Amino acid sequence: MPGRDLGQASACEPWDAERAAGIIAGHARREGATLPILHALQETFGYVDAEAVPLIAEALNLSRAEIHGCLTFYHDFRSEPAGRHIVKLCRAEACQAVGADALHAEVLARYDVAWHGTSRDGQVTVEPVFCLGLCACGPAALVDGEPVGRLDLDTLADALTERAA
Amino acid sequence: MSITLYLPKDAASLALGADRVAKALGRAAAARGLDVTLVRTGSRGLLWLEPLLEVATPAGRIAYGPVRPGDIESLLDAGLAEGGAHRLRIGRPEEHPYLARQQRLTFGRCGIVDPASVEDYRAHGGYRGLEAALAAGPAGIVEAVKSSGLRGRGGAGFPTGIKWNTVMLAAADQKYVVCNADEGDSGTFADRMLMEGDPLTLIEGMTIAAVAVGATRGYIYCRSEYPHAFAALNTAIAAAERAGTLGADVMGSGRAFHLEARLGAGAYICGEETSLLESLEGKRGIVRAKPPIPALKGLFGQPTLVNNVLSFAAVPWILEHGGPAYAAYGMGRSLGTLPIQLAGNVRRGGLIETAFGLTLREVIEEIGGGTASGRPVRAVQVGGPLGAYFPESLFDTPLDYEAFAAKKGLLGHGGIVVFDDTVDLARQARFAFEFCAAESCGKCTPCRIGAVRGLETIDKVIAGESPRENLALVTDLCEVMTDGSLCAMGGLTPVPVMSALTHFPEDFSGRGARLPLAAE
Ligand SMILES: Cc1cc2nc3c(=O)[nH]c(=O)nc-3n(C[C@H](O)[C@H](O)[C@H](O)COP(=O)(O)O)c2cc1C
Ligand code: SF4
Ligand code: FES
Repeated sequence: MPGRDLGQASACEPWDAERAAGIIAGHARREGATLPILHALQETFGYVDAEAVPLIAEALNLSRAEIHGCLTFYHDFRSEPAGRHIVKLCRAEACQAVGADALHAEVLARYDVAWHGTSRDGQVTVEPVFCLGLCACGPAALVDGEPVGRLDLDTLADALTERAA
Repeated sequence: MSITLYLPKDAASLALGADRVAKALGRAAAARGLDVTLVRTGSRGLLWLEPLLEVATPAGRIAYGPVRPGDIESLLDAGLAEGGAHRLRIGRPEEHPYLARQQRLTFGRCGIVDPASVEDYRAHGGYRGLEAALAAGPAGIVEAVKSSGLRGRGGAGFPTGIKWNTVMLAAADQKYVVCNADEGDSGTFADRMLMEGDPLTLIEGMTIAAVAVGATRGYIYCRSEYPHAFAALNTAIAAAERAGTLGADVMGSGRAFHLEARLGAGAYICGEETSLLESLEGKRGIVRAKPPIPALKGLFGQPTLVNNVLSFAAVPWILEHGGPAYAAYGMGRSLGTLPIQLAGNVRRGGLIETAFGLTLREVIEEIGGGTASGRPVRAVQVGGPLGAYFPESLFDTPLDYEAFAAKKGLLGHGGIVVFDDTVDLARQARFAFEFCAAESCGKCTPCRIGAVRGLETIDKVIAGESPRENLALVTDLCEVMTDGSLCAMGGLTPVPVMSALTHFPEDFSGRGARLPLAAE
């Protein structure tokens, strides 16, 4: 499994404060532990529940405001569960140069979502990102953490089918 | 008979189907009873040929690409094992014109070695730089880096040797070495390719830095958009620790260097070094006012060396071959090699490492082969989202920090994004503001408010609403942002905006809203 935040809701556990406290304790002694903790929670539960904020604050001896401020600053962290699959579409310039804007309009229409939204059947959450380092083979996407280049509606559908298999 | 094949697992190669090719190979080999060893490498950077499959032959490696899963049977029939003829056959990669004109110092091993193997790394010359560094000692290392002329590859081009000297001379019980692997600029992917294809070079460079400045701890701050690079780093760090080239006793020198890869969380501003340090400390990534500079008061208030991936990765070569050998490449005050990243609407996109000094035209036309769409090139953005849009009349600018600055552009991290004649520069200017509004850290008013106001005003221009007055307002806003912003996020957003306005005024003439603004 490459990296983190593959973000498949199907692979996520339901929120559980006790389990969360255990995860937090496992990282609490690291230098600057906030981000690793938030990543670990999101990896486990698919999002960071509001109940985690006081737990982290207590473990790190920081204020709740500091943890809340951190949680809301970064684009990666979600406060609610996402759909079964997470599609991150690159909106940056090199992908724009090969028609990403028009493609994104098609994708959003096809799955009937707005940015950050989840399709009504709960299958797909679509999120914008700025550059995936796949700029020579755009339009680019990450589908559940796996890169897809030269994206169009068909390759996206194929990637989602492959991920579901 | 046993065959050794090489196939990248670089993210771009995966994005174009490398894993499906690997599976097809596995199936075909099993069906034919072939004994195949498949080594997963990084990419050579000829990205339009990915997935690029190579086979070891007595005459060296022979490459085929771009390979689709359906090509495997015919490749095997054609005598893949012996490098046989096939319509996808490229020949020896080193002899391909794209690679043959490059000077690969930093990327010399990328695409060739197994990125997870210390043994393979050593077999290809790895750790000679670190050995030389341990023999030279801190002052000797800093002298080598100074004499190489190396300037920070993260964008600003600050002399690396001077920064190392400052941290070396700072007195503290704990110092840190931090690698900026946030690579947020559109059109850049060299950091990612190096981390995936040859992470041990970065690790070796950071270890040399740690020896030079007297640091025992280091972090690589890797952006979360790069999950494969993050995984490759962790694998390589563990391998280096097992081999004793990293950890409590680096190569038996008695020096300790503990390195950890940390994941960012999707914030462009965390590429700015002080925001990055805040983020590493577990806080919101908000820019710190300088001074104090991180070299004196950085991570957790301690002296900290912050460099880009490519700056660290250039160092092993410099220590092995000497500073003057590196300085022999390049032009003016831009010395050594620049990993150029060619992307966007271009026929042959990829990674090109050469000495500074090629012109933009040579890169786009000769190396890149013009646009992928076959239409004329109209604009090129160099240096990421804060870089200028250049028209054709500026294509003879050489890739050199000063030459770009003279044309009100910036070279940045060496990313070149090509647009054909369907581009609308008013929309690109609009995007520059939109991006700044989305990614601003919010600390200072010119950037936080200016970007939002700029976006609204450009929208009026695009809608044909008093274009002249509104463009004057945009220009005014840009001046305020340039002069009043705390960091280069707000300070440089005017660069793409004003370059679009200056070089492509016809796109701003207020012909009414032509296209729906899809993004909102
Ligand atoms: C908004 C902003 C974003 C930046 N992003 C990056 C980045 O992604 N990677 C990087 O190495 N430097 C980035 N920089 C430059 C860093 O602040 C810093 O100069 C650099 O990491 C120093 O390393 P170097 O001397 O090796 O270039 C950015 C600067 C600004 C103002
Ligand atoms: S210019 Fe923008 S990003 Fe930089 S410190 Fe000011 S608000 Fe933050
Ligand atoms: S601009 Fe889309 S992947 Fe880089």
